[in-house]
Amino acid sequence: MRRFIPHIVLALGAGVMLLPFYWMVLTSIRAPAEIFDISLWPIPKEFTGVENYTQAATTVPMARFMLNGVIVCAGILIVQVLTAVPAAYALAKLRFPGRRLLMIAVIAALCVPMQALALPLFVGLAKAGLLNTYFAQMAPFFLSVFAIFLFHQSFRSYPDEIIEAARMDGFSEMEICWGLVLRGSLPSLAAFAVFSVVAHWNDLYWPMIVVNDTALAPPPLGMLFFSDVETGANYGALMAGAAMITAPMVVCFLLARRSFIAGITMTGVK
Amino acid sequence: MARQSLDLSGIRKGFGQTQVLKDINLSVREGEFLSLVGMSGCGKSTLLRIIAGLEAPDEGELRIGGRDVTNSDPSDRNLAMVFQSYALYPHMTVRQNIATPLRMRKLGFAARLPLLGRVVASRHTLAEIDAAVAQAAGTLQITHLLDRKPAQLSGGQRQRVALARALVRQPAAFLMDEPLSNLDAKLRAHMRDELVGLHRRLGATFVYVTHDQVEAMTMSDRIALMIEGRIEQLGTPDELYHNPATLAVARFIGSPTINLLPAEAGASGAVSVKGMTTGLVAAPGPATLGIRAEDVRVSAGGLPARILREEKHGPDRFLTCELAEGETIVLRQKASDPTGADADGWLSLGFAEERAHLFGSNGLRRDFRVVEKAAA
Repeated sequence: MRRFIPHIVLALGAGVMLLPFYWMVLTSIRAPAEIFDISLWPIPKEFTGVENYTQAATTVPMARFMLNGVIVCAGILIVQVLTAVPAAYALAKLRFPGRRLLMIAVIAALCVPMQALALPLFVGLAKAGLLNTYFAQMAPFFLSVFAIFLFHQSFRSYPDEIIEAARMDGFSEMEICWGLVLRGSLPSLAAFAVFSVVAHWNDLYWPMIVVNDTALAPPPLGMLFFSDVETGANYGALMAGAAMITAPMVVCFLLARRSFIAGITMTGVK
Repeated sequence: MARQSLDLSGIRKGFGQTQVLKDINLSVREGEFLSLVGMSGCGKSTLLRIIAGLEAPDEGELRIGGRDVTNSDPSDRNLAMVFQSYALYPHMTVRQNIATPLRMRKLGFAARLPLLGRVVASRHTLAEIDAAVAQAAGTLQITHLLDRKPAQLSGGQRQRVALARALVRQPAAFLMDEPLSNLDAKLRAHMRDELVGLHRRLGATFVYVTHDQVEAMTMSDRIALMIEGRIEQLGTPDELYHNPATLAVARFIGSPTINLLPAEAGASGAVSVKGMTTGLVAAPGPATLGIRAEDVRVSAGGLPARILREEKHGPDRFLTCELAEGETIVLRQKASDPTGADADGWLSLGFAEERAHLFGSNGLRRDFRVVEKAAA
């Protein structure tokens, strides 16, 4: 019995965490009359899933929102990796004056919340005439100190002798950084990609500030427009939309799950 | 190609407040096997890394084959290094590992890219690289391992791959940083022979760093013994063993450690050790007498000593004895001979006087001559 207790406790925790998702999926296939029914029985009395999903997919340009989400998330992730990997390599493996100070600056920057920067960033983008662009949605996140920190932790454990052997063989520092050191930290890259994509796919705060054009809206902002259009009446369709935008993230995490966990445990970031 | 001299002059290096290397002058001859030996922290690894170009000296000049390379990049020096951890590229197969130094030198950036490379690279160059890899693998007998990854190899096999990767580029010289220290004792002895054989076959210049004086003694043409950032003595293994320039060298070289006894040269110059007059004559003053275990004899009228323990080494045995005032002295005997001790384990010890070493109180070797004891 004793060896089951931890499993029971964990299962209860998992149940609590999963309940909202279950509720979301359940609501998305229920008819409006049943929505406020507190029963958790998975089979609705009247199956209206097809209608709900069709409505969610056709009333608003759901495909457009998804595409916007992909563009914004991919843009952010690519620039984050392009900038954070060399920075982390330099901080972890090169010796130069001011390295400690820069590392302290990175850690300090981790403590600054996005909300504190929203106003100056908004004003700056507005003055530059860049509101209502993909760029405005991506730019504040191009430089990720979290990525620098995560990669730094992981790169630090790469053996110095291999880097030195590579230098003697004629590798350039960039080739060492991308071809050897990052290659040895692929789980960290996967972990960071999951963090970044999930965070920006689900982000409502920043897109709401800089975008009011439906054609540029990422999924959560699009959902907001959708609920406005529907004046919040049809929860079934709303939840169908929510289920549709959540699904890619769940798939994304399941695919990268093994690497994600390895990346997190390896770097000691928990 | 693989026979070039290395010349270091006035090399200094410090990390923060500590001076790691203090004015190193060293010439490694073409085709020579030179060991840098010393205790950890003596600066030998730093010196090797300066030769490799992985560290820059604070002062001094380094020439390879006469060419000044003090400020060159590591890859421009055409040196091959074998690291203690072997430093194989973990994501590459053995074949790719060995080919890498050649690909980096012979192929342009585009030709090294994973897919495009196959189109861009010249077939002739690729065939040349393949042939060189096959030859290097053949030399080290690792042809059957070429398609494995380093993680699938044993320590000894990784060592061979590292050596193959070093020799495939036909470097100006081989640099080795304690390459055998991660192997077990038996494999280490075997690889020692192989390295010596490889050196002989290639006729290449080897600079070999080790803290193990046995490795240095058995493999090298010459040894540079380093102590606290200086080269204490540079010479052949025999010179270091039979003619140590300082007390520190005598202490470091040889196993078991040389026996050291306080001695005193009187006004006449006759040296006495613990009250026993010897046949040695040297400049007056206090001194230290060094005598190797094999030069200690059992002889009447010598220093009384009691056997503490006996260590058997097959044909020989080492007797550790205690002198009257607590000093220990080790002597080496043929195992077939009687120890020469009395029933209580007491011996009388003398030594081969012409083979003794005398060091002044400043630690430097002091000259002496041997006279008949009666005349002294």
